Amino acid sequence: MSLLNYISMMRFEVFALGIIVLLLLVKIFSEKLNTSFILGFINVALVGLLVAGFIGHPHGNIFGRMFLNDGTIMLEKQIITFATLLIFLQANFWLKKQENCLEFCLLLFSVLIGMYFLVSSGNFLMFYLGLEMATIPLAALAAFDFGRMRSAEGAGKMILSSAFSSAILLFGLSLIYGTTGSLDFNEVRDAYSSSALQLFTLAFVFVGFAFKISIVPFHLWTADVYEGSPVAVTSFLSVVSKGASLFIFMTVLYRVFPMAQETWVHILVLLSAITMTIGNLFAMRQTNIKRFLAFSSITQAGYILIGVAATSSLSMASVIYFILIYTFSNICAFTVVSIISDRNGKEDIDDYKGLYKTNPLLSIAMMLAVFSLAGIPPTAGFFGKLFLLTSGASSGLIALIIIASLNMIVSLYYYLKIVKAMFVDKNESPIEKISIDISAKTVLIICFVGILAVGFISFVFEYIHSLSFGL
Amino acid sequence: MSEIPMTYVLFVSFALFFIGAYGFLTRRNMITMLMAVELMLNAVNINFVAFNKYLFPEKGDGVFFTIFIITIAAAEAAVAIAIIINIYRKFKSIDSEDADTLKW
Repeated sequence: MSLLNYISMMRFEVFALGIIVLLLLVKIFSEKLNTSFILGFINVALVGLLVAGFIGHPHGNIFGRMFLNDGTIMLEKQIITFATLLIFLQANFWLKKQENCLEFCLLLFSVLIGMYFLVSSGNFLMFYLGLEMATIPLAALAAFDFGRMRSAEGAGKMILSSAFSSAILLFGLSLIYGTTGSLDFNEVRDAYSSSALQLFTLAFVFVGFAFKISIVPFHLWTADVYEGSPVAVTSFLSVVSKGASLFIFMTVLYRVFPMAQETWVHILVLLSAITMTIGNLFAMRQTNIKRFLAFSSITQAGYILIGVAATSSLSMASVIYFILIYTFSNICAFTVVSIISDRNGKEDIDDYKGLYKTNPLLSIAMMLAVFSLAGIPPTAGFFGKLFLLTSGASSGLIALIIIASLNMIVSLYYYLKIVKAMFVDKNESPIEKISIDISAKTVLIICFVGILAVGFISFVFEYIHSLSFGL
Repeated sequence: MSEIPMTYVLFVSFALFFIGAYGFLTRRNMITMLMAVELMLNAVNINFVAFNKYLFPEKGDGVFFTIFIITIAAAEAAVAIAIIINIYRKFKSIDSEDADTLKW
């Protein structure tokens, strides 16, 4: 295989690595940094990367099946890149003021490379490397706000619990290696026989994933880290990190453990039901908006697990589709949060009272995002949930779907509470009028279009469906 | 001289792993918690090397994996200690019970 072929296969990784090297050189050789130029360059580079993903569809594997690539993986990487681009645009205003803006970009790009490798891994070694590369710099990012106590505390909680969970995951991997004699996804699948020890390893591997996706018994770090980190990192954690882990979770379950399908479907159904319910119950009592969005994202992860548990190609398509929509709606919500928290540091739900009087655009954006998260038609969130539930129903998970729909009704309470605070409640001293910078405005417009249009353009779902596979 | 059976080695690694897990859950000093995680990772290393030597000596997958685990554990410890130092500067303590501004 020629060098050009390698680069074409690994275009996302090579490109992101190139950006990292460039940024490092800039860091070394320039006396005084021009942050807006760097950020502009990064945004253009990410757009370029996104476009590069559409050129051709390389299939196959390199490095002895360590690194796989196909249409689904390309699509997943594009969603990750797209979400990162939106987050960079959203954080533009905040980043410009930061002294260590360049370090932020470097760390974020290392996380991004880790996620690319994670998503296209075909071997547990590559998978583990990608997972750690996507976690360790992220913990450093969570501590990015040096001045604040909460940022330090959140990062400490994140690095310790992620180290613990990855140690458990590794123990599972070592037992998989011991029982099957290989680390390659396909060879493990062929040698897997659902013996007691092998089911035990599955439990260990589950813990590692459940931590990353923040499924309920392993969700306790989520809210603390989300609240402590800077808003840009929070939105990255809740959208990109969660999305990438869900993609690889689905791939590993479908590709490596089809023999144990019956077992993990049971586990997933149970975890999904608990995750939705607990996420909902905790979201109701939150007063901080970032914490609230953290629990809302736990609840959404519970809904996504329905799709993972359904194990058909329709369900895989609906999971990817839902993550795309979730990207739009969550980033929209976080953009509003970041604009307000940048300007005057207000992060409580009570501060949002009377927002409509002073900042109509922001409150309408927030309303749309919240409606989409709650799944109210005609927003895209409704269609995402519809497809998830349909795929669950076609696989016969009726009890789970009933629990999910009850939970969706309950979730309306707290989602609408925010809308009520913004539009109905009176406030003596509402947040004053904020002038929105151009890049944040771009994000809001993209998210508007995404939330309103993605549900109606059937091409999007059909395209995703044509690339999906099931069991 | 007869070879040490694999079960002996596995006994050590399993014991090490669960001692590490126990230490992580009971200790309140963040550095000690980090050390407990290192114990767990070392248990994994022993597992990989033992499986490679006793069961699949024809390929080196397990040993390679061990090298990567050691490297990543070092990176992880570096970041974790940096974060813990930052916590110490803010809270004047590295006891995990003292860092309690984020709750519920």
